[in-house]
Amino acid sequence: MTRSISLPNNAQTRATREGWRFVKPSVIPGFGLTLGYAVTYLTLIVLIPLAGLAIKASSLGWEQFWSIASDERTVDALWTSFGSSLIAASVNVVFGVVVAWVLVRYRFPGRRLLDAIVDLPFALPTAVAGISLSALYAPNGWIGSIAGHFGVKIAYTPGGIVLALIFIGLPFIVRTVQPVMEELEQEIEEAAATLGANRFQTITMVILPRLFPAILTGFSLALARAVGEYGSVIFIAANIPYKSEIAPLLIIIRLEEFNQPAAAAIGAVMLVIAFAMLLVINLLQAWSRRRFGNVV
Amino acid sequence: MDIRVQNIRKEFSRYPALHDVSLNIVSGELIALLGPSGSGKTTLLRLIAGLESPTDGTIFFGDEDASQKSVQERHVGFVFQHYALFRHMTILENVSFGLNVRAASERPPKAEIRRRAMELLDLVQLAGLEKRYPNQLSGGQRQRVALARALAIEPRVLLLDEPFGALDAQVRKELRKWLREIHDRTGHTTVFVTHDQEEALELADRLVVMSQGKIEQVGTPDDVYDKPNSPFVFGFIGESSALPVEVDNNELWVGGRAIGLAAPEAANGAAQLYFRPHDVELIEGDACLAGVVVASRRVGGTRRVELEIGGQQQPVEIDLPFDHPAGEKTRIAFRPKRWRLFPGA
Amino acid sequence: MSSDLPSPKSAVEFRPTTESSVVRYTLIGIAVLFLAAILVLPLLTVFTQAIVKGPAVFFKALSDKDGVAAIRLTLLVAVIAVPLNLVFGVAAAWAIAKFEFHGKAFLTTLIDLPFSVSPVISGMIYVLMFGANSLIGPWLKQHGLEVVFAVPGIVLATIFVTFPFVARELIPLMQDQGSGDEEAAISLGANGWQVFWHVTLPYIRWGLLYGVLLCNARAMGEFGAVSVISGHIRGVTNTMPLQIEVLYNSYNFAGAFAMASLLALLALLTLVFKTILEFRFGADLAATRRH
Repeated sequence: MTRSISLPNNAQTRATREGWRFVKPSVIPGFGLTLGYAVTYLTLIVLIPLAGLAIKASSLGWEQFWSIASDERTVDALWTSFGSSLIAASVNVVFGVVVAWVLVRYRFPGRRLLDAIVDLPFALPTAVAGISLSALYAPNGWIGSIAGHFGVKIAYTPGGIVLALIFIGLPFIVRTVQPVMEELEQEIEEAAATLGANRFQTITMVILPRLFPAILTGFSLALARAVGEYGSVIFIAANIPYKSEIAPLLIIIRLEEFNQPAAAAIGAVMLVIAFAMLLVINLLQAWSRRRFGNVV
Repeated sequence: MDIRVQNIRKEFSRYPALHDVSLNIVSGELIALLGPSGSGKTTLLRLIAGLESPTDGTIFFGDEDASQKSVQERHVGFVFQHYALFRHMTILENVSFGLNVRAASERPPKAEIRRRAMELLDLVQLAGLEKRYPNQLSGGQRQRVALARALAIEPRVLLLDEPFGALDAQVRKELRKWLREIHDRTGHTTVFVTHDQEEALELADRLVVMSQGKIEQVGTPDDVYDKPNSPFVFGFIGESSALPVEVDNNELWVGGRAIGLAAPEAANGAAQLYFRPHDVELIEGDACLAGVVVASRRVGGTRRVELEIGGQQQPVEIDLPFDHPAGEKTRIAFRPKRWRLFPGA
Repeated sequence: MSSDLPSPKSAVEFRPTTESSVVRYTLIGIAVLFLAAILVLPLLTVFTQAIVKGPAVFFKALSDKDGVAAIRLTLLVAVIAVPLNLVFGVAAAWAIAKFEFHGKAFLTTLIDLPFSVSPVISGMIYVLMFGANSLIGPWLKQHGLEVVFAVPGIVLATIFVTFPFVARELIPLMQDQGSGDEEAAISLGANGWQVFWHVTLPYIRWGLLYGVLLCNARAMGEFGAVSVISGHIRGVTNTMPLQIEVLYNSYNFAGAFAMASLLALLALLTLVFKTILEFRFGADLAATRRH
């Protein structure tokens, strides 16, 4: 996407004639300095520590690794984390699309304020979110007590975990879907209307399919975020082993037991599953981009 | 299907787009709404479609008051300037859309829908491309799909909003001819909006010339071209040259000189003389328009000459055959063969 | 659409491209209720719970020994991590946006990495690397250097979690800018620093500021990663979020919310700033919407 006053073409052909070049020649200075600094920084901060994790996890030997990974408590924790994340991301898709729709298409008092507040989960520390959600939805909290009248318990149940993950993931859906909605041409809807489609048909057959790639992207971002979430969940969850214990918490517990190998193993498993999920979603996105055209 | 537009007024939050517009459209005709930007032509089209509702006035489809009906109920086929095709559907699905969304009681069986859609694709000469997506087609092809899609619902009237505006000149010419053929074959009442007067003159049975929210003139292409009833129409349709003149005793004078044109019914006073640059004859003698050549350009097969006529500020254009000897001269005397006079300065 | 229409895009009057008012109001109602329950009320709760026991308790929580230590540590970490990440962000964005080179996609993926990794794992990798059982651990102990369960470790973990923010704001911005302006400046004789200062910086400054604000908000609020590596030593390695946890778990709710309200205020300031920026520079920051 560089809109450069490009070098004359012979620079490019020269490059291919001379063989492989790492970087395309440019008059702009600073490539070595900036790339060098960036790569060094990343190597020190990211690559080496991650390698350390891989080494630690693999130092276990396959049998021990597998026994930790398939230990009942580990499996339950992974289920809790990934399962709650899937539910939360799905709920966010439904409500996130509604929120985006309402913010983009309707005018009502307070709309700008609500639009700004959608970004709150990006800016608010997870611990702050955690304690306030917990206070609000506990049996003696404002919402928790109302729910209590209907016999519904939210905080300290698996439902509480899902709630915290909904908080965390909402902006991902809304912010990826909003721009696509804003760019939707009115004529498409008018065309559908002239062809006889009622509003419901227009929305389900014409508008939603156009939003699908963006929804998918938002869903995957929310999911990835939720799977590793710790701070906002541990206050509202009961953290009961095997029942409502999330995987990150189990990692911390193992670390506190000085059982580093187990912690590393669980961490490695989490990463592998997360990357596998993201791979599947990336494939889905590539497919939907081909099918529905280049939207997001 | 006749369409009767009666005293329509349309305001967009105090911006008046149409003032008291009335029009009768005859069933089966191909009629053009022609005018510059801001003339209200697209607004009028959208009001007929039901995409906007009038501030005042009514629209009748046949004998029914269409203003009571929603856009879905009006059963119009609308073609948009930028096609408005459904990107995520194949061509076939796009064309079948109107039939697929019908209520169960009115919907034909799937095989029938497919058959009709394929028939229409055949009509618009896109057979074989039904599995493609809109982004795999050219602009001209997309517009043809849009037309097929609109025809699929067997509309009572076909409405086209600057349908060729987004296409190359060459494609535009081809599609113009092709639209006329389709119209002649199917016989739908067709209304199309354009700002291109050449297109309107070539295609339409009748033209509606509009300006600033009002209808200036309605007529056949010949009527509008040969007998424009206002300076605007004269100037908008075809080429024109204009000259301020004095009417005295039913004679026309320019710069204190009679030019040899008689206007038996004109009132004395200032007026505007309009004529077409190619509708002139060169003459010798006194009673004529004489001017000094200030510019001369060859445009294709003609020579366009700009003349400064005694005392006038704006030069006047006339056309000569490109090899006419007068093209070399510095002074030219001429008289319009056909012309119109409009009162006022 | 044809140019002679002053088309209003907002659908307030009834048009065929809006829903009936019943549907509209229902949808608005659902959206508002949902946002209230999930976002607005929790935010309000922070402040109401902070002052529910009166201003005395509020100020005590912020001014007692552990509270002050927590605030100071948080600020210290931010002051170190944010500038380092700022430099990284600018450098990485410059390399990525102005040059074509092999491996660019790999680099951008690496930059996005912290978003896919759980904060707990982000902290754990430093424990594994610098802890007592690691390769470097004994060497550090020998030289009296502490990383794990000490401030350096906290800084490292915070850097890991927050380094993408500035880069991710700048990269789309600088890519949109293209390199034409810089090349023109070079041809006029400017050196690299001058080009950056006079040509690039003015274009990116609001995006840069926003990236820094986000980076800072996240650095001060990071919980999971810091929790793993800090060791929770009261008064020494507790940042504000960790102190909040300590207070909350010892049932000092008012204290916990008092500290939380400070961080919530910071979050609100960040949001306000973002809204102002979008208001005034909407188009420039459209790139920032592409999270």
